[in-house]
Amino acid sequence: MNKDILIRLNGISKAFDGETVLDSISLEIHDKEFITLLGPSGCGKTTTLRIIGGFETPDEGDVFFDGKRINDVPPYQRQVNTVFQRYALFPHLNVFDNIAFGLRIQKRPDAEIRQKVKDMLAMVNLKGFERRKVSTLSGGQQQRVAIARALVNQPKVLLLDEPLAALDLKLRKDMQNELKNIQHQTGITFIYVTHDQEEALSMSDTVVVMAHGQIQQIGSPTDIYNEPVNAFVADFIGESNIVDGIMLADRSVRFAGHTFVCVDGGFAKNEQVDVVVRPEDVDVVPVEKGMLKGLVTGVTFKGVHYEIIVDVDGFKWMIQTTDFVAEGETIGLYIEPDAIHIMKKSEFSGMFGDYSSFSDELDKLSVITEDEEEE
Amino acid sequence: MKKQSVFERLANAPHLVWSALFIIAPLLFVVYFAFTDRDGGFTLENILSLSSYSGTFVMSLGFSLIATTVCFLIGYPLAYCMSRASEKSRTILMVLLMLPMWISLLIRTYSLMALLDNGGLVSTFLTRLGFQKLTFIGTEGAVILGMIYDFLPYMVLPIYTSMTKLDKRYLEAANDLGCNGWQTLFKVILPLTTPGIVSGVTMVFVPSISTFYISQKLGGGSFDLLGDTIERQFQNAVTYHTGAAISLVMMILILISLAVMNKFSDSEEDIIV
Repeated sequence: MNKDILIRLNGISKAFDGETVLDSISLEIHDKEFITLLGPSGCGKTTTLRIIGGFETPDEGDVFFDGKRINDVPPYQRQVNTVFQRYALFPHLNVFDNIAFGLRIQKRPDAEIRQKVKDMLAMVNLKGFERRKVSTLSGGQQQRVAIARALVNQPKVLLLDEPLAALDLKLRKDMQNELKNIQHQTGITFIYVTHDQEEALSMSDTVVVMAHGQIQQIGSPTDIYNEPVNAFVADFIGESNIVDGIMLADRSVRFAGHTFVCVDGGFAKNEQVDVVVRPEDVDVVPVEKGMLKGLVTGVTFKGVHYEIIVDVDGFKWMIQTTDFVAEGETIGLYIEPDAIHIMKKSEFSGMFGDYSSFSDELDKLSVITEDEEEE
Repeated sequence: MKKQSVFERLANAPHLVWSALFIIAPLLFVVYFAFTDRDGGFTLENILSLSSYSGTFVMSLGFSLIATTVCFLIGYPLAYCMSRASEKSRTILMVLLMLPMWISLLIRTYSLMALLDNGGLVSTFLTRLGFQKLTFIGTEGAVILGMIYDFLPYMVLPIYTSMTKLDKRYLEAANDLGCNGWQTLFKVILPLTTPGIVSGVTMVFVPSISTFYISQKLGGGSFDLLGDTIERQFQNAVTYHTGAAISLVMMILILISLAVMNKFSDSEEDIIV
């Protein structure tokens, strides 16, 4: 991916009221790329977006656009448009006037404005909605108008700040596909902010995982999922069992009381490491055939598979299996070498990846409080 | 319509009685007097005779329009600054604005009179500075200044309220779509604060057009506004009928201007004053 760099962030730091939100962020964004800033609330992803949009000025560091430093360029002079969280459609204007807003400011001829707004409405599937008041639109429709209002100006970059957060699940899936299509059609660079890892994986060319005001990892969705750099990324993207391990030699790692063959190398002899095993990569086998042996302590039916919690010598693993296993049963676990991913120890080691306190309900509760904090 | 509970009806009762006694009944009296002669017979004479007061109508309308415009030009930027100021300076500005309202309108007008009087503070000060002897009292300027001074807070407060309700995301969206500061003001801030403007304009225009005190004290008797005329008519028992007729026409004028302004605001919220 060595296309031309459109936006470059260089050592950006930002603090609000003495609280560091961004800690020396550096990032390159390529032309025509769909890049997603992903992280929990408070990780600095929205602030990064607002700095690119011009709504915040960095305390330290530089923002380059097409090679020019734009730290002090106001938003209205940037070739960037934004789809705001909760849309911010102008309530005093109807759908047509909202979309035409930017073009009218640029003093484009009327005929051109009419044509472009019409094309945009067709693109976002809102033909015939010109005269509707925005207050009469559903959330999904408002979302489309917001996208049309930004895209009609043909910006080089479109910034999207959690644009689908307020939509229900079904609509969100549809809009994800639509957004992806729109991005392909228009060839505009999309910078997308979300805390939803699934959304990030399914839409992006590049995912930037952020935590504590720092970038943890930049990579393609498959890289991020298969080769997380630390426990935070492994835990945030999908489900992970993260176990303490010791690297005995290249391609040989010992954890959970068993020595496994793996595909990673390049660590020091006997180096302490974090071992990641995805729940879907563990096979349930009869006890005598298993590498590990554990007691099933919880079973949840998830539709496509069962999610079971297995106690292996006090460490609780999450395993996804299509075969039914009863609670209280003792089972064997089998792990293929390429299912084992080794990570260096980091500040996040030991904080994630153990399912002993896991419960679906708790998970949902914490998501809700996170969302509220963001308000 | 939802059926009202006993409690709701009881809660409403005092206001209904009040309205009937002090709002509906007096209005009916005004209408009655406007259309009757001294013997109580029906007549259009009172209304028709008002053509001789057309000068008064025009002058009152002119004065209050000027006062309202000036109040808007001062009040709108002030409300904007207040809504943008820090918590602390916002409080200070608000107190400064409200402070005069804690003092009776009569006393405020008297104090303005003392300031502007020939030989009053302002003219003494200016004469000391070497200016020619200037007359303020008894000029159009003094009357209009009085209106502005007395009614400015009524312009600022409703506009300030709609400014603070204005979500700053709309300003960011405007900025994002290419608006500089002035364009944002005219394309987004002004239209979205129209309900406040309409309330403010109404609350300055209505008392201005009906005032009698300000014009008497600061106009030095040279300006007979609608309020003055009505007051004089009612002091004389014989001319109740003319006074009522003027009041009625003025009320209709105000209602028309309110209706026009409500159209203007083009918003779902109805402005009720």
